[in-house]
Amino acid sequence: MDIKLENFLVEQTDFSLSADLTIKHGTTAIIGPSGGGKSTLLLAIAGFVDPARGGISIGGNIVTSTPPAKRPVTLLFQEHNLFSHLTVFKNTGLGVRPDLKLSKTQIEQVEDALEKVGLVDMGTRRPSELSGGQRQRVALARALLRDRPVLMLDEPFAALGPALRHEMLDLVARIRQEQNSTLLMVTHNPDDALRIAEHTVLVADGVAQPPQPTVTLLNNPPPALAAYLGK
Amino acid sequence: MANRPQPINPITRVSGSAALLFVALLVIGPLIALWLRADTSSTLVSADWAAVRFTLFQATLSASISVILAIPVARALARRTFRGRSVLVTLLGAPFLLPVIVAIFGLLAIWGRSGFVSQIFQSVGAERLNIYGLTGVLLAHVFFNLPLVTRLILQGWGRIPVEHFRLSAQLGLAPKDVFLQLEVPMLRGILPGAFLLVFLLCVTSFAVALTLGGGPKATTVELAIYQALRFEFDLGKAAILGLLQFLICGFIAFWSLRATTPVAFGGGLSTATQRWDVSSKFMLLQDAIVLIAITGFLGAPLIAVIGRGLPALSNLPTAIWPAMLNSLTVALLSAVLSVLLALTLAGFIDSLKVRHNKMSSVIEGIGLLTLAVSPFVLGTGLFIIIHPIADPFALALPVTALVNAAISLPLALRALLPALQHNRLTYGRLTDSLDIQGWARFRLTTWPIIRKPLGFSTGLAAALSMGDLGVITLFAPPDVETLPLIMYRLMGAYRMDEAASVALMLVALTLTLFWLFDRGGRLGHQT
Amino acid sequence: MKRSLLAAALVTIGGATWAETPTLTVYTYDSFVSDWGPGPAIEAAFEETCGCDLAFVGTGDGAALLARLKLEGARTKADVVLGLDTSLIANAKATELFAPHNGTSAELDLPIAWTDNVFLPYDWGYFAFVYDKTQLSNAPTSFAELLESDVSIVIQDPRSSTPGLGLLLWVKEIYGDKAAEVWETLSPRIVTVTKGWSEAYGMFLEGEADMVLSYTTSPAYHLIAEEDGTKAAAIFDEGHYMQIEVAAKVAGTKHPQLADEFLDFMLSDAFQSIIPTTNWMYPAVLPSSGLPDGFISEDGPEKALLISIDNVEPIRKEALSEWLTALSQ
Repeated sequence: MDIKLENFLVEQTDFSLSADLTIKHGTTAIIGPSGGGKSTLLLAIAGFVDPARGGISIGGNIVTSTPPAKRPVTLLFQEHNLFSHLTVFKNTGLGVRPDLKLSKTQIEQVEDALEKVGLVDMGTRRPSELSGGQRQRVALARALLRDRPVLMLDEPFAALGPALRHEMLDLVARIRQEQNSTLLMVTHNPDDALRIAEHTVLVADGVAQPPQPTVTLLNNPPPALAAYLGK
Repeated sequence: MANRPQPINPITRVSGSAALLFVALLVIGPLIALWLRADTSSTLVSADWAAVRFTLFQATLSASISVILAIPVARALARRTFRGRSVLVTLLGAPFLLPVIVAIFGLLAIWGRSGFVSQIFQSVGAERLNIYGLTGVLLAHVFFNLPLVTRLILQGWGRIPVEHFRLSAQLGLAPKDVFLQLEVPMLRGILPGAFLLVFLLCVTSFAVALTLGGGPKATTVELAIYQALRFEFDLGKAAILGLLQFLICGFIAFWSLRATTPVAFGGGLSTATQRWDVSSKFMLLQDAIVLIAITGFLGAPLIAVIGRGLPALSNLPTAIWPAMLNSLTVALLSAVLSVLLALTLAGFIDSLKVRHNKMSSVIEGIGLLTLAVSPFVLGTGLFIIIHPIADPFALALPVTALVNAAISLPLALRALLPALQHNRLTYGRLTDSLDIQGWARFRLTTWPIIRKPLGFSTGLAAALSMGDLGVITLFAPPDVETLPLIMYRLMGAYRMDEAASVALMLVALTLTLFWLFDRGGRLGHQT
Repeated sequence: MKRSLLAAALVTIGGATWAETPTLTVYTYDSFVSDWGPGPAIEAAFEETCGCDLAFVGTGDGAALLARLKLEGARTKADVVLGLDTSLIANAKATELFAPHNGTSAELDLPIAWTDNVFLPYDWGYFAFVYDKTQLSNAPTSFAELLESDVSIVIQDPRSSTPGLGLLLWVKEIYGDKAAEVWETLSPRIVTVTKGWSEAYGMFLEGEADMVLSYTTSPAYHLIAEEDGTKAAAIFDEGHYMQIEVAAKVAGTKHPQLADEFLDFMLSDAFQSIIPTTNWMYPAVLPSSGLPDGFISEDGPEKALLISIDNVEPIRKEALSEWLTALSQ
């Protein structure tokens, strides 16, 4: 599903973000200096930030004033993706039914999803008993169950070690392929972008540039990106 | 996460123990002094037990109602952005700081038999209101304490990560489920502590129960103590009643502290959290009604106090200027003392948390219990102790400041402890590894984190001391007056209009003092 | 002179080493020493002649005054105690802290004969229910009428206030064994019971009740100080209970002569003429200038009621428990 932002502007007290671009179906990375507006871009697409002007359409449908729950989108945050007082199973189950009244088939679905992310037999644990990587796996399992056409990641693996991060990225790539969804991923690591994203959006100084092929962008970085990458 | 135990700094230990000893002596000493001076053995009669029952009954009810009503108010404030929101949050600080008698007359102007509401009732042919009795006592206690609880809960809402609200929105959780999954767990941690605080404040309530209670049915333990001291001069009985009151509060404190997670008291939720589950017309209407009702409930008596005080404002006796200076001196001194005491104790408690968690909680409990001490027992007991060895007049200033400091200690402790704890958990290892010690440690790592709650508690202590008329009456030298004393003396001389004006000045000064400190703590504060 | 608390503390700590003039310390109730009470004028008048420094110490209300004295015991700094009333005298005498007076040559203008050898009266008044003539047209003219009416009243707690105690004894004196029933009948008419006189009177002025327990002299304040003639005291056929305010010399005083001088001065014209318009009570000795206008009324109480000093204490205990029982139902 394509995501289209037209003449789009978000204004906050000391910050603004403008965008006029189309993100094609597939995997796109978002890169740029911190404070540049990467997270804001994702929050806007997910419906958590109202634009001052402009519109958003996803898959051809205008969603500018659609509430978050009705958008075809799942967004994973950097942290706090789980409710700490609910078990792993319940946290995952929320992706099927928000009131957690699960039927037998739905319970099986949840167990399947947990198995896919490698968390078999962990359903009764609480988030505090899990490692950082395991917590994000739970969030991924829930995203799997929600089965939305667009999956967005706001650096959920930033705190993980390189090996674990690569493992998680591969898992995400697999999920994307299986569900044929559009993946949008914030990263500060150019290698990650190269690893799974064909296109990359540069967000700097309050402007989101239209996506370019990742290789082209990273090989000929514009000044803002060059400074950020230290090249 | 186990913190590697650090040896407790000897200065923290010595000063902390000294502060603890001082507080314990202040709490227990007067009881013992009264007991030793008693010349007859006293027993409690059935009227005393009736007073105990009524005290428990009204305090439980007052605390429950305050807590239950505070939930929708805090919820509406936490999730709505509107013009004047910050004014309303500030208004929440006002009732608690009002001198009791001023607040009572403010409430009567609205709810009394000739009050605003009664007049409306009468104009449509209905009976006028009669709030005297349990209703009046509860009304006043809720007026004082509901805003306090609201501010406590509001902070709980502020601590729910915004991601959780986003997550709920994305998952399409219904408002009911957001309440159950996000808000109920938070409330479960905060409410027992809030309940305890209000309960303790209501147990020692005296003037409210006596004036609005409608008669001896509404006799509290505090009134029984007052009677024993003033009319019967039965010191033994006052001591027994004081001890009983103390034990009741201790029991309740123990029970509710076990069920509570400490909330930082004093920070404010400066902005509302944006929410996506509350946009329905019905909920908007519900919040609007709640907010309008609370503004009216808290604001109307305040406006009445202002309106009553304005006419005679130009006619004030010159005696109020030195009285104002006296009140300010006492207020500032007791604020400084209170905060020093709280800081020393909080540092001690926090340093014990790592290795002696239980003992740390016990000490925290003792710090809270100064709220359970009868001011009459405290004042009289201290007088008995001091009179044989020194001139009470000469000690008026330090004693009054000390007692007021002790009384506001629990609130300051509640504000500072969580901040210190947070500081230790977040930066404890960092400062240890950088070997930042002593004064530098305080200046560089502790001070920036505690200055906000510190400003808040200094303001609170100063404001509470400002309106207080407890101990000063026993100790104050003959020609020294404070503002509350002048107000009472004017009332005693038929001059109700001038008394109302002094009350207005007192309220204005109290709130300004609070605001200045609270504001000072926030200025230039970077977090 | 008003001082700051800090200055006061410093002065007291430093000690008044230069004090060659003796200081006579008089403990009294708060409203006596306030700027609007008789204290300042009396202090000035006495100091003109005594060659001394007169220091009033305010200690709350009348009951608090006695408690304070008991608390301090024989070490008290007081030379004279002024402001106890007839219902507290027996209790005060039992402390043995007071010394007999030297008698007085002044002729007391009291409705009763004064015989006490320790305490001397300085002013007196009748307890009465005060009302607003514009609000209450047919005020009761007797206690019996009050009991039958539906007039609302606000009173003070006898456990914390001397007027409250006065009413308790008033009812007891009129009704004796039937006092408990009277309180039960009166109970629904009582809006509330306050800690002290000030709160009750304030609530009455704000319109919370039709009548308030105060003194027959209260309307005089409104008439003289505020030129407001709307307030009146309801005069009851059964008679009115009296409050006689008294003073006595403390046994352990270091200035016995000065204390006696003060008690003499207390019954002189200079002192007595200050009382009516500052303490709003009747002077114990009519000053030569007579009473101010608002004080003279043709239809004052016809009968003065007072329980003899020695009987007060047992009656008070009984009446208080009756009162508590009747109003707690």
